[in-house]
Amino acid sequence: MKESIALMWRRLPERYKLIGSACENCKTHYFPPRSICPKCRRKGKISRFEYSGEGKVYSFTEISAGPIGFEHQTPYVIAIIELAEGAKCLGQIVDARLADVKIGDPVEGTFRKIQSDDPEGPIHYGFKFRLKK
Amino acid sequence: MQGRKVAIIGVGMTTFGEHWDRGFRDLVVEAGLRAIQDAKLTGEEISAGYVGTMASGALVGQEHAGALIADYMGLNPIPVTRVEGACASGSLALRQGVMAIASGLHDIVVVGGVEKMTDLDTAAVSEILGGAGDQEWELFMGATFPGLYAMMARRHMHEYGTTKEMLSAVSVKNHWNGARNKYAQFQKEITMEDAMTAKMVADPLGLMDCSPITDGAAAVILAPIEKAASYTKKPVEIVASEQASGTLALHSRKSLTSIEAAKIAGAKAYKTAGLTPKDIDVAEVHDCFTIAEIIATEDLGFFKPGESGPAALAGKTRFDAEIAINTSGGLKAAGHPVGATGIKQACEIAWQLRGEGEGTQVKDAKIGLTHNVGGSGATAVVHIYKQGW
Ligand SMILES: [Zn+2]
Repeated sequence: MKESIALMWRRLPERYKLIGSACENCKTHYFPPRSICPKCRRKGKISRFEYSGEGKVYSFTEISAGPIGFEHQTPYVIAIIELAEGAKCLGQIVDARLADVKIGDPVEGTFRKIQSDDPEGPIHYGFKFRLKK
Repeated sequence: MQGRKVAIIGVGMTTFGEHWDRGFRDLVVEAGLRAIQDAKLTGEEISAGYVGTMASGALVGQEHAGALIADYMGLNPIPVTRVEGACASGSLALRQGVMAIASGLHDIVVVGGVEKMTDLDTAAVSEILGGAGDQEWELFMGATFPGLYAMMARRHMHEYGTTKEMLSAVSVKNHWNGARNKYAQFQKEITMEDAMTAKMVADPLGLMDCSPITDGAAAVILAPIEKAASYTKKPVEIVASEQASGTLALHSRKSLTSIEAAKIAGAKAYKTAGLTPKDIDVAEVHDCFTIAEIIATEDLGFFKPGESGPAALAGKTRFDAEIAINTSGGLKAAGHPVGATGIKQACEIAWQLRGEGEGTQVKDAKIGLTHNVGGSGATAVVHIYKQGW
């Protein structure tokens, strides 16, 4: 979907620096950020939390039919990553094909171009992951 | 269930498929009229309507679907309300109808589901359906719906040893059922080889693991059970109507091998109805992808976690076996006009309980269930039905 410049700008901290949130009351980590802790609700104490980008592959697939904006990257591997600090998030695994990836593989964060949905529009950047050798 | 008891007194649907010659309003009016005819109503008895459609605005540019339907069904000035919960929109509409009657607010209610999807190309439709997930944190990152379910499948394989062959068995069985359903998009059987070797979409899911893009509509007429007998000899009582919510994004869930919201909605529905999974004779479950049927039949308690794949492979979910799953052909073979799916499921169960299941009629089917899921599991709705005569 074409994202507006304003939306892109609002999401820069999360997408550029993997900023999520943590609840000081129950010690649960969240990504993307939330302003209410679903476990503690009004008792929760949510603050900003920067993830290291380190984590492990929880599940993955190779997208053979890429959506609009990803045509030039297809096929590519996406994964759900269990971040070292506790939350899970979804991102691409770069420089890898399906056969290179296994559940449990360690990964690290990397900053890349995510998509360009419109040749005359902005290029979207954000985090992806890379297998740790 | 609290309040007045509710029954389905009429059902109707369009054929599911690529209806190049018919638009959004044509489809929903056809399904609605068939349901009205089935209930032997004139139309004047109806006092409210609910319609489920996921994305009529994005797909055909038409919002305000409730007003359009009231107008073109000739129902003005009665209230008609649109509800949306992605692929569960149909069942959500059904639940609104049930609540409207149970509460005593309305007597005869029409409930419809519709989606007109083939006016756009596949890429555009896929992008719109992506809106059922988390746009900013799943779709933006390059995920697709087949991709999300593929990650559920891979995790299910990892934790339980589920195989591609087991996924394929679901597809083969649903196509076999679809071949016996005159409303189905694909009325054609397929072989295990067809399913196993189909072009990959998001590994391990191939084309034969994915439900198609479909145009179609379905409708049911609801009435309080004490009035149902004056319209039909075979009212189908809705004995439970439960809904639960889960996280919008797949990655926020504790488990990928189960849909928590569906488990909760299912457990609540059994409790409300005073029934157990063993009591269900026939179920329509949300097989948007083959893995979704495996997970659904575990979440609903028909099989233990990890046992649905082997059960599908052993033929235990055929119409004449242990538990009949998706006698309509499911979303895979009957087609998946998103907003219409939940209502189609209700139509199929009504036909089964009335003994009109034709080529896939389940012998002595007395109790049925529908399981309808929005997105990757953020909304789940379970209804249980029994013969009301
Ligand atoms: Zn908390």
